[in-house]
Amino acid sequence: MSTQQQEPDTDAETEPEEPESQEVPADQEMSGLASPQQQRLQRKHDGMAEREREAAEDDLEGDSVHIKVFRYDPEVEGKQEPRFDDFHVPFERGMTVLDAVIYARDEFDSSLTFRHSCRQAICGSDAFFVNGRQRLGCKTQISELDQPVRIEPLPHQEVVKDLVVDMDHFYDQMHAVEPYFQDEDTPDSADLEEQRQSPENREKIKMSSRCIWCGACMSSCNIAAGDNEYLGPAAINKAYKFAMDDRESEEIKEHRLRIVEQEHGVWRCQTQFSCTEVCPKDIPLTEHIQELKREAVKKNLKFW
Amino acid sequence: MSQSYNRGLIEDFGRWKEFSAGMWAWIFHKFTGWMLIGYLFTHIAVLSSAIAAADGQTIMLEGEAVNAYTGTIQGLESLFIIRVLEVGLLAVAVFHILNGLRLLMVDLGIGLEAQDKSFYASLILTGVITVASVPTFMQGVGL
Repeated sequence: MSTQQQEPDTDAETEPEEPESQEVPADQEMSGLASPQQQRLQRKHDGMAEREREAAEDDLEGDSVHIKVFRYDPEVEGKQEPRFDDFHVPFERGMTVLDAVIYARDEFDSSLTFRHSCRQAICGSDAFFVNGRQRLGCKTQISELDQPVRIEPLPHQEVVKDLVVDMDHFYDQMHAVEPYFQDEDTPDSADLEEQRQSPENREKIKMSSRCIWCGACMSSCNIAAGDNEYLGPAAINKAYKFAMDDRESEEIKEHRLRIVEQEHGVWRCQTQFSCTEVCPKDIPLTEHIQELKREAVKKNLKFW
Repeated sequence: MSQSYNRGLIEDFGRWKEFSAGMWAWIFHKFTGWMLIGYLFTHIAVLSSAIAAADGQTIMLEGEAVNAYTGTIQGLESLFIIRVLEVGLLAVAVFHILNGLRLLMVDLGIGLEAQDKSFYASLILTGVITVASVPTFMQGVGL
């Protein structure tokens, strides 16, 4: 509620467009009931209620969690043969897969190696292969998984040590689509005002901009596994983000489409939806790839 | 990094239990596609008996001479295994058609969030049509 509002409630209802009120933008969004944002919030809310109920049902509090962790260390003789180590980690309410492996490392085996940083699904460091699916360690509740919880490094990437995989190829593919805002030539010095994006356009690329470069999609992709040159879902999604951005000129968009419509670009995608299934940020990757396919066709097919 | 461990493609083969709807749809679509291509060749082989028939050749079927084309078709149709294969062919073709429509929708970007449901729907519909076709295909053939 706005601090400026001094009159009683009756006034607040008749004058919803109080300019100082911070509630107003929220109200506008609420009114668009079917907006994607609204649907996502609804889904999130439903999911939260669901999880609460499940947590109440099978309360694992006081129990221990059995995790099996993939181990491999090329530098220590005797550890060069990959194996699984078992850890029994005391369960706490709200424990994630990442919490469990951190506990195992801190309390049981300090040589257990994995990447992690922010623990809140933003840095994208801790994508693991958990119970046969690419998941973000810090975003996956232990209580939602069947035990023993099998934690492996991401498939289709070389394992450096334990849960650490070589991400170089993934990053190469990401950089191959030129993931930065650009223009053909530097704008005129007299014309350096800020470049604004329309709310509609922002909404269009919003989901694609959520990518955290965790590599889960690339690892789940059957095509990327067989074709090492395939750009992969994450990189194509990145290309989508910039190609669909209205602030870039038409020439740049064409340039971007030329990159993604190459032999190992969008046309390798066979719409298996694996990437969309595993994406921890719920990006509709397949949808974006399909849209770029259509854009590429539209660019090349001209009947006039 | 002195070395790294490449787990290769081998591990993938044991992973079919973890596939999701979209993956199964892809595998079935590939499989049925190859089956249909295989059928095309047998189809051409059977139809080519019409060349022999046009040359006036006849074959013996149940003690009487019929022209080569009719004889081949009737001979095949009297075999139980051929009837079973025909039901299989229908199942394969129907799934390929229905999933093909699904893929068309996917390509047009329509209903992408229901892609798993449309896959299950095409599976069920295929099953129903196949079962419904069995009496027709199995008419008048003994084991």
